[in-house]
Amino acid sequence: MLTLDEVNAKYFDVLKEIGNIGAGNATTAIANMLGLRIDMSVPEVAFLPVEELGSAIGAEDEIIVGIMLGVEADIDGSMMFLMDMQSAHHIVNKLMMRPDDYNEPFDEMDLSAVKEIGNIIAGSYLSALSGLTNLTIVPSVPFVAVDMAAAILSVPAVQFGIFGDNALMINTEFSDDLGIKGHFILMPEEDSYAKILTALGVPI
Amino acid sequence: MGQMIKVGMADLKVCKAPDALTTIGLGSCIGIALYDPSTKISGLAHIMLPDSTAIRNNSNIAKFADTGIQKLYDDMIKAGANKSKLVAKIAGGAKMFEMPGASAAGINVGERNAEASRAKLKELGVRLVAEDCGLNYGRTVELYSETGEYYIKAVGKELKII
Repeated sequence: MLTLDEVNAKYFDVLKEIGNIGAGNATTAIANMLGLRIDMSVPEVAFLPVEELGSAIGAEDEIIVGIMLGVEADIDGSMMFLMDMQSAHHIVNKLMMRPDDYNEPFDEMDLSAVKEIGNIIAGSYLSALSGLTNLTIVPSVPFVAVDMAAAILSVPAVQFGIFGDNALMINTEFSDDLGIKGHFILMPEEDSYAKILTALGVPI
Repeated sequence: MGQMIKVGMADLKVCKAPDALTTIGLGSCIGIALYDPSTKISGLAHIMLPDSTAIRNNSNIAKFADTGIQKLYDDMIKAGANKSKLVAKIAGGAKMFEMPGASAAGINVGERNAEASRAKLKELGVRLVAEDCGLNYGRTVELYSETGEYYIKAVGKELKII
């Protein structure tokens, strides 16, 4: 049997494809929601040691927003979407129709908006995965945390760390007049990797 | 004032006064501080998971509470710390996302990390003198060899010294 690090190497290309389609879906969804024209960069998949995950999207003590959802049905696991504070404020201000320089700490309403954005973006990636594999994948309600990057990223670091030494992350940049940098992490349980790869005809 | 030495995730280091040790953004991980006031030698480990024996892939011993604390203890003794004088302080072990009944094995890992750390310290006969564990926020810690003070910093919270 392959180790998770070997499986991850094969899984890399799959994630790239999920990244492309998922970010495309997400771009359309956010554009429709905000009534804006949004472009996206070609997503990159990062393959890195779990110990480096904490500093993978910026300084370890930079405050970021993490949205986490469980996934179940044909595959089990969880997923996370991460944004820096500037991106999160930008998108929440757009949703709440506030001026773009509004920079107050998030209140309950703002956090609900953040969750909704996370829901839409995560759903976009999940439907890409589901479409590619023909597997049924159902997300749970989203949970949000605003905290130091290293602390939020310790959650996926632990998930990946249970089975291997490396983590996979999709980085995408959405841009309108400003820009939203987002990072997507899919954390299947160990058996679910096999299901995803088998469904795609990748030998494991 | 000495140097501030950084300890990464799944990493551990030992230093002497006047230097200090720090690890940034502990989430569900635990920062285990060992200190010998008689020699002013201190050590800090940043562990991610409770139990190396429960996992196939366990080559990095600093990743686990059981093997990481053992190594930190051994390194402290090697550096000249006095076994009988050693005390411990721990921080971290938060639950960053309030996911209920999560299927994923990693979700309640903060609490299990704290329990495993306490158990290992007990086994080594190191007295746990203070702790700041649990809840739902990240912590940055600094351990000062001069005093043994363990600083805990969290977003939007006052500095806590244990």
